Amino acid sequence: MTMSLVRQTATELLALLTTGKVTSTELTQAFLNQIDAHEGQVNAFLRVDAQGALAHAADIDGRRRAGQTLGRLAGLPVAIKDLLCTAGETTTCASRMLEHFKPPYDATVIARLKAADAVLIGKTNMDEFAMGGSTENSAFKTTANPWDLSRIPGGSSGGAAACVAAGMAPLSVGSDTGGSIRQPAGLCGVTGLKPTYGRVSRYGLVAFASSLDQIGPLARTAEDAALLLEVLAGHDPLDSTSVDLPASHYTETVRLPLKDLKIGLVREHFGEGLDAEVETAVREAVKVYESLGAKVVDVSLPHGKYGVATYYIIAPSEASSNLARYDGVHYGHRTDERQLVTALDAERDALVKAGKHAEADALDNPLVRLYRTSRAEGFGPEVKRRIMLGTYALSAGYYDAYYLKALKVRRLIRQDYDRAFEQVDVIAGPVTTTTAFKLGDKVDDPLAMYLVDLYTVSANLAGIGGLAMPCGFGSDGLPIGLQLQAPPFEEERLLRAAHMFQHATDWHQRYAPLVP
Amino acid sequence: MSLTRQEVEKVSLLARLRLTPAELDLMTEQMGQIVAYVESLAELNTDDVEPMAHARDVSNVFADDELRPSLPRDAALANAPHHDREFYLVPAVLGE
Amino acid sequence: MLLDPFRPGSAGRYLDEPQTVTAPYTIVIGLEVHVQLQTRTKLFCRCSTKFGAPPNTQTCPVCIGMPGTLPVMNRHAFELALETAIALDCQIAEFTKWDRKQYYYPDLPKGYQISQYDLPFSHDGHLQISDPKDRFETKKIGIIRAHLEEDAGKSMHDEVAGQADSKIDLNRTGTPLLEIVSQPDMRSPLEAKAYLTELKLLLTYLGVSDCNMQEGSLRVDANINLHIDTPEGKIATPIVEVKNMNSFRAVERAMEYEAERHYQVWLETRQRLGDVPKQTRGWDDAAEVTRGQRHKEESSDYRYFPDPDLVPVRVTREQIDAIRANMAESPAELRNRLESTFGIKPYDSDVIVSAGRALVDYYVELAEITGDGKLASNWVQQDVMRTLNEQKIDVDQFALRPKMLHELLAAIQQGQLDTSRAREVFIEMVASGRSAADVMKAQGIEKVDESELIALCEELIAANPKIVDDIKSGKQQAAGNLIGQAKKKNPNVHPGRFRELVLELVARM
Repeated sequence: MTMSLVRQTATELLALLTTGKVTSTELTQAFLNQIDAHEGQVNAFLRVDAQGALAHAADIDGRRRAGQTLGRLAGLPVAIKDLLCTAGETTTCASRMLEHFKPPYDATVIARLKAADAVLIGKTNMDEFAMGGSTENSAFKTTANPWDLSRIPGGSSGGAAACVAAGMAPLSVGSDTGGSIRQPAGLCGVTGLKPTYGRVSRYGLVAFASSLDQIGPLARTAEDAALLLEVLAGHDPLDSTSVDLPASHYTETVRLPLKDLKIGLVREHFGEGLDAEVETAVREAVKVYESLGAKVVDVSLPHGKYGVATYYIIAPSEASSNLARYDGVHYGHRTDERQLVTALDAERDALVKAGKHAEADALDNPLVRLYRTSRAEGFGPEVKRRIMLGTYALSAGYYDAYYLKALKVRRLIRQDYDRAFEQVDVIAGPVTTTTAFKLGDKVDDPLAMYLVDLYTVSANLAGIGGLAMPCGFGSDGLPIGLQLQAPPFEEERLLRAAHMFQHATDWHQRYAPLVP
Repeated sequence: MSLTRQEVEKVSLLARLRLTPAELDLMTEQMGQIVAYVESLAELNTDDVEPMAHARDVSNVFADDELRPSLPRDAALANAPHHDREFYLVPAVLGE
Repeated sequence: MLLDPFRPGSAGRYLDEPQTVTAPYTIVIGLEVHVQLQTRTKLFCRCSTKFGAPPNTQTCPVCIGMPGTLPVMNRHAFELALETAIALDCQIAEFTKWDRKQYYYPDLPKGYQISQYDLPFSHDGHLQISDPKDRFETKKIGIIRAHLEEDAGKSMHDEVAGQADSKIDLNRTGTPLLEIVSQPDMRSPLEAKAYLTELKLLLTYLGVSDCNMQEGSLRVDANINLHIDTPEGKIATPIVEVKNMNSFRAVERAMEYEAERHYQVWLETRQRLGDVPKQTRGWDDAAEVTRGQRHKEESSDYRYFPDPDLVPVRVTREQIDAIRANMAESPAELRNRLESTFGIKPYDSDVIVSAGRALVDYYVELAEITGDGKLASNWVQQDVMRTLNEQKIDVDQFALRPKMLHELLAAIQQGQLDTSRAREVFIEMVASGRSAADVMKAQGIEKVDESELIALCEELIAANPKIVDDIKSGKQQAAGNLIGQAKKKNPNVHPGRFRELVLELVARM
């Protein structure tokens, strides 16, 4: 074999599998070998199921030899972000709260992947409950950027992006609430797509912010993303917000160039804070499109600058509610109750002895204390911060000023897009202001971390699709991402636009040093 | 408007989170910064804007009233931190 | 004399006031009723709603609130709710949405209840109540709103020690509930009970709920306060919410108790509406008292917000019209129909309609073929209903169909037998399943020939001069003795006709 298997695209690997040039077992083993070799450095996975994956691969090989009809992804390894429920298998959301949680059901996308005969090789690391932009908020491990192990891979789907960049999986499933697919894809130099809200079923995706969450593919190329999206997308009666439209056959159209493409450049994207190298790479990418016949149009998203503020009201509000279920009663972490009751009694006695009867009366009852302690132990600092923010924004007296206000600005942001898309087919711009920052750089500054989402949150607020892919490298050797956005349910357009670019460039064919 | 420690403490009860005094101090400071930042929205006039709670404008999604199998009880209780094979168990909740 | 202020059942008599003086206040009651809708499956998942299954056997990831699960609205539940609201003459919202009401409790696994907050699907309706015994005037009770929400699970506590763990059963979690909130339009415990009775009847007629209070499919909370006449004018006392009332009788008793307690509290504290936060009290049925429930201030901050997992519902005028056109006749409409068609009194129509639609159908059939609505009403209310009660069966299972009963009633109408003999025949018909004609034949019941009757009468008059004298002196009731003797000689003698003959013949003497 002239080229290492782990360097090849999923589309190429699928061709090798169907033509019998390679077996799923060999392929799966190749990716497992790469995991064995470098997972100690990258830490992309929370769990790798080598045995299960090989057994499944062998089964698919057997069925292929027997001439049986196989699924769309038959024999291809796929990595899963650890917030998609897998029946009978631990699903943690990178949280102590769910450290031992084994859902009794499969998420709809997992069921679809299984039906497509994908080989699920492991669950990837992430920010706890998908809250974060660096994967440093995982309760279990810190994932490194395969291009520079001292850097963050982005987040929250940091493991999902890193494993593709590190050649540990050809395809990977992530989720994006404010940029959690696009931002790590951009920072790790892979292709990631956040579909339109409603395109992919959220059933079985452990919710962070329900009106913003969307599952999507991460892969090496737009072609590969099209392949995976084709399996993930489609109507699901178990998700009321899932769109009842037939999903397109993305792989059939992805190679078709878009004629007379009109690309919008957002005036407000190129302002203060944008790193010069990133700006240069993005402008160069736009020139590539021009060379392919595209016309560039200047557009404005005037409310974009309110995106982060809007997002950090809506997302925590929904999160505070979605995460209320983690109370240590029906599943998840529960504190040691006997110790808790003893401690509570001691506290009360001490207060009574000190004559502080009012304070003794105001003490939590055992059940409230059980909730508060279990949740305090089960959640990390960022999750707590967002629960607190959301609880505050929804509480009596603040609802109108924060939550309701944010919902109104959200509509303004959507209307900006509607107007812009009257003029252009896609919007192109940066994914982030800079390349990947150093691990630990922003952990103590939550607001600075939130501002990383500047270019990505608006797509979630508006519910539109967005794609990130590599369009250059910084002088630090780190990938720079290009973001494309399109009107609702125009995933096909995004993928075709991305493929046009990848057909004309080779940024997506660069490999991190540790990929053999 | 700046957040007080007392307000944050009250929110921590609503949110059912027990914070240590040090955590409460840090939370007050960080929430204060974030709240100050998001208050930039106040400068926008949104009087005539419809709130947008959903990313898509769809309505009337229903399921038919047709029975599906429930989980076997042991599967339902399998993840419960404390159960007696029939019920979920919690400390006595009288007086709550 | 100072009455025990907490003794229920003596509303209107206080302190040293003479007992004839009515209470110096008006009772104001509003009711919140929760009814479980009769769907096969839960509101947001397809688990069974059947009552009585072993604990935690009717749950799934959705109703356990497991991470990743999503709700999908039960179409039938929404339709039942809509039908009920239309029957209550509510305005139906064109656009309605679902909100999360957030609080922590172990029987609420998601940490929020899916309910409706600011845009309920219906509002501003009414239900008319009346009292067949005329203890209050017929009136319309306003309905503020009716909205759809999900039920919580059940918590079982160690009542004695409060020490053992509480047990949680989630079978009920997610069962569709319709919450119907009335205006504070009821002015007495009796009116409150009448409202509940009428509401339950309506819901039962619509078939939207079985309204079984023992199984928790109908639950009532009451808000009560007093409007007191004082020298400075009318003042309102603080509103108290009363919970844990497990029967309509309990609601009536609790309201009687609360009214009196309110008045005493007012006399002591002079607290008015707004002076203190709303209090919640629980009714203790055994002790017949209400007790204050602990209520933390923060627990009332429910942080409602639109549920992002559920989409809104739009209802069209056409849908509403179609539902209205196909809707079953309401109890009120039925009562009116029975009264106007068959000439029976409100009291009687109320008894029949309250017994359920099947009995109404039975009555209507009987009344139509018999042609005498009152006679049919008497027989249905007394003999038929008593038999159903004794046999513990529904009228559908009652073997004596209206056509058969009609034969018996026709025999009465034709003077073939009197009511007491007819009752004997009825009992035998029920026992044997035979027709009226067969039973009457077997019992030798036949109409006595008029000449035979006259001969018997003359014979008895001749044999009982003392009685004849009594009759002559004006004691007509003495004729009864002769009727008794006649029936001994011939059981088929019709007592009414015989009595006429006796009086006639004696008068001619």
